[in-house]
Amino acid sequence: MANDKLVVAGRAYDSRLLVGTGKYRDFDETRRAIEASGAQIVTVAIRRTNIGQNANEPSLLEVLPPTRYTILPNTAGCYTAQDAVRTLRLARELLDGHALVKLEVLGDAQTLFPNMPETLAAAKTLVAEGFQVMAYCSDDPILARQLEELGCVAVMPLASLIGSGMGILNPWNLQIIIDRVKVPVLVDAGIGTASDAAIAMELGCDGVLMNTAIAKAKDPVRMARAMKLAVEAGREAWLAGRMAKKPYEASPSSPEAGLIQKSA
Amino acid sequence: MSAPIHVTVNGAPRELPATLTFSQLLEALALGGRRIAVERNGEIVPRSRLAEARVADGDRIEVVVAVGGG
Repeated sequence: MANDKLVVAGRAYDSRLLVGTGKYRDFDETRRAIEASGAQIVTVAIRRTNIGQNANEPSLLEVLPPTRYTILPNTAGCYTAQDAVRTLRLARELLDGHALVKLEVLGDAQTLFPNMPETLAAAKTLVAEGFQVMAYCSDDPILARQLEELGCVAVMPLASLIGSGMGILNPWNLQIIIDRVKVPVLVDAGIGTASDAAIAMELGCDGVLMNTAIAKAKDPVRMARAMKLAVEAGREAWLAGRMAKKPYEASPSSPEAGLIQKSA
Repeated sequence: MSAPIHVTVNGAPRELPATLTFSQLLEALALGGRRIAVERNGEIVPRSRLAEARVADGDRIEVVVAVGGG
């Protein structure tokens, strides 16, 4: 749909699929998978440079140029608000003043579940410093609302644990968030396969962010294309408005008039 | 010649000439011309200041890049 755009922080995107850039075999596979996904917003992590190694190796931002993609630096691996803010200040310097960021503050190394008190604290500081914050969060509708009230430009509840591929475990909570929050709601984390992405979009999500489901598929480029189609299909189904579920009422699709058995 | 200074770059100790600017440090680390961001003692050193700002004894310096991540 040419006029159905995802609008985040005042900028419109044709694609509602956002992808991470981790866990690929090499930069060539990264580039091909991301092209196949049709994603326009791609997440990257911020890490120390390898000093004295691979001085001539291309960098990720040469493979995924910021002129072509909206680069979304994240705070993956941060466990405190302070570390997340520090990381994103570096990201803003790295990306020439770029303000759109993905905030994630983790609470636990086993589950990678978000630490929401720290996420809220970081969001408050970042918004005050002019960042446009897309916040990874738990699927608690009250906390999602609080992130919105703090000025986050999008809330991104998990479908299930990061990298788990377990799909959407609590569609009801996601539905409440979608109904109650005005900024875009993107499902982030837990998508395993194309149907999961389609279900997220059928719930009325504004977009889906994933990494492992594509990168760890047997054929990442093909799965990237599957995810693109699934997000588009789910969005179209949501816009179309599904038929009502009628558990106790069958209804034939063919006319009952003119059946040959009924002829006298 | 002034005495050498001791700094930490990305967690590793290094001995440097006291007169070094950040730009010279990055050249010495083979990071000249790369898209990086620099932090000193928790504060950003803006790209516009790298050529003039000098490394000081005891500085904790971080040099970061964008890498694949989700």
